[in-house]
Amino acid sequence: MNLWLLLTINSITLGGLLFLLSAGFSLIFGLMRIPNLTHGSMFMLGAYFGASFFLWYKVDFWLSALAAGVLMAVIGGVIERLVLRRLAGNELAQVLVTLGISFMVADLCLMEWTGDPISVATPAGLTGTTHILGMAFPIYRLAIIVIALVVAVALWLLLDRTRLGAMIRAGVDDPVMARMVGIRVSRLFTIVFALGAGLAGFAGMIGAPILSVYPGLDTDMLPLALVVVILGGTGSLLGSLAGSLVVGVLYNFGQALLPELAYFVLFLPMVLVLALRPQGFFGRRAP
Amino acid sequence: MRKSISRRGFMAGTVAAAGAASLPLQVSFAQSAPLKLGLLTVKTGPLAAGGIQMEQGLTSFLKSKNFTLAGRKVDLIVADTGGNPAGAKTKAQELIERDQVDIITGPLAAFELLAISSYTAAHKIPVLSLAAAEDMTQRKPNPYFIRASATAAQAMQPLADFAAKELKYKKVITISEDFAFGYEQMGGFQRVFEDEGGRVLKKLWPPLVTADYTPYLAQISGVDAVVQGFAGSNPVKFMKQYADQGLKYPVLAGEAGCDDFLMNSFGDEVIGLVSAAPYTADLQNEANERFIAAMTKEYHVLVGQYSALLWLNGQVIEAGLEKTGGKTDNKEALIKALRSVDLKDTLRGPVRFDHFGNVVGDIFIRRAEKKNGKLFNHTIKTYHNVSQFWTFPEKWFLEQPVYSRDYPPLKS
Repeated sequence: MNLWLLLTINSITLGGLLFLLSAGFSLIFGLMRIPNLTHGSMFMLGAYFGASFFLWYKVDFWLSALAAGVLMAVIGGVIERLVLRRLAGNELAQVLVTLGISFMVADLCLMEWTGDPISVATPAGLTGTTHILGMAFPIYRLAIIVIALVVAVALWLLLDRTRLGAMIRAGVDDPVMARMVGIRVSRLFTIVFALGAGLAGFAGMIGAPILSVYPGLDTDMLPLALVVVILGGTGSLLGSLAGSLVVGVLYNFGQALLPELAYFVLFLPMVLVLALRPQGFFGRRAP
Repeated sequence: MRKSISRRGFMAGTVAAAGAASLPLQVSFAQSAPLKLGLLTVKTGPLAAGGIQMEQGLTSFLKSKNFTLAGRKVDLIVADTGGNPAGAKTKAQELIERDQVDIITGPLAAFELLAISSYTAAHKIPVLSLAAAEDMTQRKPNPYFIRASATAAQAMQPLADFAAKELKYKKVITISEDFAFGYEQMGGFQRVFEDEGGRVLKKLWPPLVTADYTPYLAQISGVDAVVQGFAGSNPVKFMKQYADQGLKYPVLAGEAGCDDFLMNSFGDEVIGLVSAAPYTADLQNEANERFIAAMTKEYHVLVGQYSALLWLNGQVIEAGLEKTGGKTDNKEALIKALRSVDLKDTLRGPVRFDHFGNVVGDIFIRRAEKKNGKLFNHTIKTYHNVSQFWTFPEKWFLEQPVYSRDYPPLKS
């Protein structure tokens, strides 16, 4: 009984981290129609930058996370402007380029930070465990749920209440029509790619106290983002939230009940959704 | 008819003359030709941390000997396998057929070694690897293989003895990655622990790539200790999540679970962890001090299993070459000399090899402690003359199946 309750609550906390990871991925996938395969690398690079600010320049944890996000947004914007825009219209080439960039980033990280894993201490005030119904929960993980909700609300306000958000939604729904009414879709691409990279970088630092930072973090996290977005639907915030929760549940219960089939449990629903309802639970169109 | 040499005759004569002239030259040339030493390691990808240290350890050793072993110059050729069997095979082929290496050190991972073993054995190239796959020196031995580190279970068997006899633990849960290295470590621990009256309540196997260990941590309760066998960077992640989950049971670990080079990456949650390893950085002897000084000076890194055991491989190669007078053209003599190496004062103490080419040496039991703000492993007991079979008779041991996920079956 205790086990199930612990797993349920951990599903929600893991869901929170997954939401932070995949919100950006979902937006990029929805607007630009490409699975951004650098997303895992942006997560990892953001974690490395954030850890560097935090450990070596003694910057406050939250500032480090924000700084990492901003830095990754700039890098993402540059990548989109200089590389992806030249391949506009050729989605396959864009996907392959993002794959290539992810390998390059992985190698650069190895060169700069070497292979040793970097441990990031939990921020002060959120360390330790709290007891709910007699079971121990790390406080930081519960805090991540709050952070995820704050980011979700912020993104929702952006998408729903700003002009930029309206343009993004229009671009997701129908890029051709959007261009016809005068929306500069290619500039939108740069903004959204930068936003996605920034969110990923921020998420990397926020996740660092739990996951630590090490080479291979990018390939560990990217499949999870992919499953979340396929299940939840691309370009949809609600989809990211729902998908994150579902993947959190699948992950926790799958690992506990069927550890030999852990990845099967995660990816089988993704395959089923792609076959039966390609737009995911809340997506507008099929990817 | 003019008495002149036909063109065909001229060519034939030239070739014959060249061949005859070069033949004795080749033989004597070979001995003063440098020894070609290949290193198969991993420099990219998630296994790179260990692979880079392997290269550092071996290069440091060769530098300290001016790249000359037993009077012969050594050419080190480093190849990056990428950490996968196909890459290992490709690079092994390059080293043997294109670069004509005499000896190969590495590869890093057991699955890489298994991919190249029959190929290197067919070419009779001695391979000195850290890969811990048990059967490589047990049921499916490669006669040209030497392992100076340990089999997967070699350090876990004494650890189980220590846990049962000195720490007096009775019930444990094991948790390790879901692959051969994990199975073999935990199988070895379990067999000895159960023999000495202990019980293993559960064996947990998270996949090699696990972001969040909570579903497994949630299943740990009611034990005296937890035994982990994680490798690479997973131990850091695991210990952090273990402590965050509020678990307080003492932790035991294998050689990779608390490797000395991770000590700067761990937080205070690792204090008190007891691990068993074939090498420990705090061993006080002249050879180890020399090794640590060289590594610190050249690379400014913490030493660990990977760098130390490659340095040791270099020493074994040197000792073997001294026995053959520097010659490597007779393959049988070379492997025989290497396997008969018996060193008393290496950086891990005395080292010799059994008839499978696996090391017999000391295993160190260490506890993680903090001194002057730095974490380090403090040796609390040394088991001497530990072989891959522990105290079991070799014949009986080999008749049992190799350690696997479900073997030995849990007695409880």
